[in-house]
Amino acid sequence: MNMNEGLYRRRRLANAWGMVTSMVAMGLGLTVLLWILAVLFSNGFAALDLNLLTQDTPAPGTEGGGLRNAIVGSLMMVGLTVLVATPVGILAGIYLTEYGDQSKTAELTRFVTDIMLSAPSIVIGLFVYAIAVATLGSFSGYAGSLALTLIAVPVIMRTTENMLRLVPGNLREAAFALGAPRWKVSLSVTLRAAKSGVITGLLLAVARISGETAPLLFTALNNQFFNADMSKPMANLPVVIFQFAMSPYDNWIRLAWAGALLVTLTVLILNILARAFFRDKAQA
Amino acid sequence: MGQDMQTPLSGADSASNMQAVVKRQRLQDMVFHRLTQLFSLLVLVALAGIIVSLFINAWPTFAKFGTHFIWYVEWDIINAEFGAAIAIVGTLASAGIAMLVAVPLAFGIAVFLTETCPVWLRRPLGTAIELLAAVPSIIYGMFGLFVFAPLFADYVQVPLRDLLGGMPLIGFLFGGAPNGMGIMAAGIVLAFMVLPFVAAVMRDVFEITPPILRESAYGLGCTTWEVVRKIVLPYTQKGVIGGIMLGLGRALGETMAVTFVIGNANRMPTSLFSPGTSIASTLANEFGEADDLHISSLFALGFLLFVITFVVLAAAKIMINRAEKAKGF
Repeated sequence: MNMNEGLYRRRRLANAWGMVTSMVAMGLGLTVLLWILAVLFSNGFAALDLNLLTQDTPAPGTEGGGLRNAIVGSLMMVGLTVLVATPVGILAGIYLTEYGDQSKTAELTRFVTDIMLSAPSIVIGLFVYAIAVATLGSFSGYAGSLALTLIAVPVIMRTTENMLRLVPGNLREAAFALGAPRWKVSLSVTLRAAKSGVITGLLLAVARISGETAPLLFTALNNQFFNADMSKPMANLPVVIFQFAMSPYDNWIRLAWAGALLVTLTVLILNILARAFFRDKAQA
Repeated sequence: MGQDMQTPLSGADSASNMQAVVKRQRLQDMVFHRLTQLFSLLVLVALAGIIVSLFINAWPTFAKFGTHFIWYVEWDIINAEFGAAIAIVGTLASAGIAMLVAVPLAFGIAVFLTETCPVWLRRPLGTAIELLAAVPSIIYGMFGLFVFAPLFADYVQVPLRDLLGGMPLIGFLFGGAPNGMGIMAAGIVLAFMVLPFVAAVMRDVFEITPPILRESAYGLGCTTWEVVRKIVLPYTQKGVIGGIMLGLGRALGETMAVTFVIGNANRMPTSLFSPGTSIASTLANEFGEADDLHISSLFALGFLLFVITFVVLAAAKIMINRAEKAKGF
């Protein structure tokens, strides 16, 4: 009897210890992460003003200025990337569920795609430098967009595939029974049924590429001036943030915080939108 | 009957018409099939392209230094003597520290979210962790540079150096100038960055455990901690290791969170506080101004980084796939 009580007490103690440490870990983790966001918001909002949108990046050591060229450059590169990566990613995702399915090529593609999802983005930048910048002889917005596309396609591809898999098989069978060809079933039945899930994937992909800095360093480079020509080096928010934050000028550092806030808000809002989209679908 | 719904046609006419339709649809189907296949193969092409193009561009360096490049402790731009050892040590050390800090915390968070947390809090806290995993890494870098490094110097480096710096055997680990930058600072900032990611993966893996197993253990009178230790962990072992390795893969290849705080010095780090460099941060800092052998050495570093992370991520993926296959019962 005595022994049992000792054992019981030991087990209760071990349990209490485990639960308390897990709570401490959660508390610690959340504190650090919220601290980072608090620092970002307080520095970022302090630096926000309308000049950000109307003026270009200032010369070193000067006052004032904004981020107009960087914002426009980022929007253009991300926009072009979305235009290219969306059809490619969605069609590739359709292949993986509707045609490839369990075949060896599909398995291999899936495996490689999953690795590319976490592959170091700076290496993607090196690759695009080697094939586009070095051969054409100039940094350009197109090269930056190409690097971003290589990052976005795997994201879109895998979410599309996962979403298509959730579509019940009898929906496909019903369409086949009506005599619809496979491509029509894929596009007008399966893809349509998984629409909101696929949009979720797109939003997540945009969120992912909006904050990527490393692949743009040696592809789009940077540009101190306003430039809407994508065949030339282009300013973009992440690289401007990087360059300005590492500089000794207070004004540049202030702008870097403002840019960091813009990028983070964009990414967070896109993520929340993506979740909202997916939840609507799950309830429907 | 079927044709009546479309256009009323006489027997022979409709048969040939049907055949034409079928033929056309077969052709369309074939085109669509090949088109989608082509796009999905693009990923494989990209992978092969990355490996081949990096290797070709790195060739002058590999030709000159051979495999010795990997162990060579030198990065002298002026005399064109290049070795990867300094950057590799910096990469492995910072990622290793990051995992040492992040894994126990992520484990705690995952346990909390799946077992301890009140049900109404699970969704919001889980979502918060997932959202934080999406914050761009450059934000972690800026936080590290402007907020973390000064605090780290005053409240961690100086006390640690005073306390342990004089000790034999481990004292050397805490030497160096306490300016907040260095391998350990980079490792901790990296840990903040991978923490939400690893925690989210671990939580997903824990949720694979069939409720029946969990409930039967509770039914036998197990405490929550015993369920976690003896049911959930053994059941999800492979997935947990896979999740940790996914995090490691990210930490190894991360550029921005590291570059801001590692100190960017091309010297072999002698202590946890000494400034160093990682492969990714060397690339980010030097690539813009490099030429000739310097640029091919940077490509060689990039090639090594890609190979290392590829191996880690592939192992992670295989582990997670096995864990997911095991869940079917």
